[in-house]
Amino acid sequence: MFSYGLFSFDSKDDLLKKSAEYWNPGKVQFWSDAGTPMVIDRREEYFLHDMSGKRLIDLHLNGGTYNFGHRNAELVETLKSALDYFDIGNHWFPSVARTAFAEKLIQTAPHMQFAIFGAGGAEAVDIALKTARYVTQRKKIVSILKGYHGHSGLSVATGDERFSKIFLSDRPDEFLNVPFNDPDALEQVLKNGDVAAFIIETIPATYGFPMPDDDYLRECHRICRKYGTLLISDEVQTGLLRTGVMWGWQGYGIQPDIMVCGKGLGGGIYPICACLVTKECGGWLTEDGAAHISTTGGAELGCVVGHKVIEMLERPEIISNVHFISEFFASAMQEMMARHSDIFVGVRQRGVVMGLEFDHPEGAVAVSRALYENGVWAIFSSLDKRVLQFKPGVMLGVDVCQEIMARFDAAMPRARQLMKTMRAVA
Amino acid sequence: MSADPNSARLVVPDPHIATAHMKVSHAHWAVHQFGKASRETVLKVAEAVARAGHAKAGHYADWAVRETGFGVVEHKKIKNELSTLPLLDYYRDLDLVSPRVLPDEKMVELPKAAGVVFAIIPATNPIATLYYKAMLAILSRNAIVFSPHPAARECSVDAAKMLAEAAEAAGAPAGLIQCIEHPSVPLVQEIMASDKIAVIMATGGGPMVRAAYSSGNPALGVGPGNAVAYVDPSAKVDAAAKRLVDSKSFDNSVLCTNESVVLTLDSNRGNMERALRSAGAHLCNEADTDKLREYLFTDKGLNVAAVGKSAAWIAEKAGIRVSPSVRILVPVITAPGQDDTLFREKLCPVLTLAAAVDFQQAMTIAAQIMRRGGGHSAAFHGEAPDRLLQFSNALPVYRVVVNAPCSQGAAGFATHLPPSFMIGTGFAGRSSVGENVGPQHLVHWTRIAYNSDASVPFDQFDMSVLDSKSPATPKQSHAQYTAPSALPDTDRDKLRQLILEELKGLTGGHK
Repeated sequence: MFSYGLFSFDSKDDLLKKSAEYWNPGKVQFWSDAGTPMVIDRREEYFLHDMSGKRLIDLHLNGGTYNFGHRNAELVETLKSALDYFDIGNHWFPSVARTAFAEKLIQTAPHMQFAIFGAGGAEAVDIALKTARYVTQRKKIVSILKGYHGHSGLSVATGDERFSKIFLSDRPDEFLNVPFNDPDALEQVLKNGDVAAFIIETIPATYGFPMPDDDYLRECHRICRKYGTLLISDEVQTGLLRTGVMWGWQGYGIQPDIMVCGKGLGGGIYPICACLVTKECGGWLTEDGAAHISTTGGAELGCVVGHKVIEMLERPEIISNVHFISEFFASAMQEMMARHSDIFVGVRQRGVVMGLEFDHPEGAVAVSRALYENGVWAIFSSLDKRVLQFKPGVMLGVDVCQEIMARFDAAMPRARQLMKTMRAVA
Repeated sequence: MSADPNSARLVVPDPHIATAHMKVSHAHWAVHQFGKASRETVLKVAEAVARAGHAKAGHYADWAVRETGFGVVEHKKIKNELSTLPLLDYYRDLDLVSPRVLPDEKMVELPKAAGVVFAIIPATNPIATLYYKAMLAILSRNAIVFSPHPAARECSVDAAKMLAEAAEAAGAPAGLIQCIEHPSVPLVQEIMASDKIAVIMATGGGPMVRAAYSSGNPALGVGPGNAVAYVDPSAKVDAAAKRLVDSKSFDNSVLCTNESVVLTLDSNRGNMERALRSAGAHLCNEADTDKLREYLFTDKGLNVAAVGKSAAWIAEKAGIRVSPSVRILVPVITAPGQDDTLFREKLCPVLTLAAAVDFQQAMTIAAQIMRRGGGHSAAFHGEAPDRLLQFSNALPVYRVVVNAPCSQGAAGFATHLPPSFMIGTGFAGRSSVGENVGPQHLVHWTRIAYNSDASVPFDQFDMSVLDSKSPATPKQSHAQYTAPSALPDTDRDKLRQLILEELKGLTGGHK
């Protein structure tokens, strides 16, 4: 019996049955078929506890949402203190929490001028795209093939057609794709001078974190400027210190015109996202400040949490911790690759953003399952299933990191076995 | 809501506690690397830290006195220096890094560093303690996180940063030496109880040490002292008095090893008073003694304003007329009852003089006095080995310093005791350690023990298998890994000579 006061379930099976009945049969079935039928019950630090009692170390973090781990004590205390004073507030009016948070965010990216808030990353992407259209008075948006920027009206149209066609929301005339790491291809589509913005994740997450070539982003920025196209950095997964610096673009020598962040900004306890724009891009905020409104966007509770998130990420101890974690996994993964070179063939890494490559078209699906069975939760990349997303949180200590590697090593024989079975089926 | 319009309207959590936890986590990463460091690396880092600390000994002595108001700059400078290069020299040959093969016992011993040390820094002796504990941590391949007394916060934070930079420049990982920047009681309590802390090194007031022991974590806590110096009639009274005054005035008596009471026999009291006077002490008459008692002890105990102040300063506050050159104040208890507050630890240059009718009574009085400050130190001046043995056996102390200044002698700087700013007060002082704390207390050993039966063979060991980084390095001879032979006494004497030379000015050149 799982009683939660307000509701209860007899068992995990009972929950799964009702979940399929009332919520989302497709997802329930998918995870069951994948061999990772997780229903998260308790959670703390970087640990998830399935309803079965099984404990999992979280390396999925929902794309960095749980950058600080689950229910980080300092963030929870902060939110509780905010609840003693604020609610989500009234988006129409200036507010202390929102103003302070906007200023705090701009301080992290001083070439920006305004922070515009929403409730989730997709909304922030929509704000970014609308802003670009306003500034350039052009309609076309370019993104990379296999790119991913969310599921709302405009954001979904930038991404893979898997998520747009089903809803008849693909708009191939306005939303164009170019291959990643190919600046010439970008120039080809920009040179007509009718593209409002090029939007790109600094390291494309859902594509399995392929690393941008050395000069790729700088070159993209140069081409954008040449044709009057705005550069939008999607920092939802690469921001908040995950690449070792506050924002991923800071490590690539570019300054985007517009930047989007979400997920971890709310510390996993209160949803909030932000779109940061330069002064040049922020004209609509003067012309018609209510052109984009959002009742829950920039909720004051979220602003207090987000403020705390940024303050925490500025501490030298955390910055140094990220470097330790990055170095640890860099060398541990090399060792692991040497031990399991038949299946584990590559590591993509920048900071604690990592993609692990396996020598099988669905290799990461097998590894995800094998890791799950060994107490680690890491998800494959939806748009490149050879690659496992491996996303350690910024507060991880050395003990848990070592435990992760021990479990990883233990999971490899099972992963190898699963891949063989999959091969036979294929 | 609070009446103060400027008070915070949100009660957000104290970020300093979370930051302190991060420092501990950071320290674990440092241990992950440094815990495997070679002896060569350990000595290189220790040398760099010792040199950096030594070079800045005066700078931080001055800063500590300015910030805390306790002690004497030139004395603190000496203590700071002693905690660096001389300390390293003393422990240089104590190998806490290399495995030991003991063929006779059919045993192999592998050193395991503690991990993260949480070290408390007292206000009275901040930099020397910080230097000393940092050196111990490095020599034992541990990381250390300091929590300074708030009154010594700034100098401690800065000094820790300076040592950390020196360590890193010599190849140590970041995070090996860190200092809590905003200490508070709740913070210290929380970190002390953290399961991420391997051991607490607690120096400070009794409550702090008790808190360390109550934390649930292993602790090396040392209790307060209250040293009694017994001057036997066999003593050379002038030399003894000079040592006592030098020792008692050292750093305005903030060390726990400083003499608190000088005890002699009635027959010797006149001699003693005269000798103390000529050594620079002000002998108090009955009225002065009463004034001093009243000033130094309030209902709440020792008047903290007097801690670490000079004799002249205290005399003025107490309303006693003294010569401006006075070095210590000596209240005299003519009828030594057990409860006189002047028999307690004073942490300022006030040395209580009392006399007993005979040696038997002297031991009884001394033992009574030492019930406060149990397990700590006492001193014996004289040339009467029988009485010395009886005195040492009767007292609940773990050091008896003979014909030497107790403040330095008990801390290993004018005797052959190990140099230390953590004087173990042992079971008598409710502590887990009864000797002068050294780096060996921060290491435990895994003992590989073979069947003792002669028919079961012992093995040969190639220690390079333990070196994960370079398994292909040429095989070392086993000789390198056998137990280090004892340092020849001549070398040891040389080191001690060096140390003693540093002390010469201070102890007046005798010894």
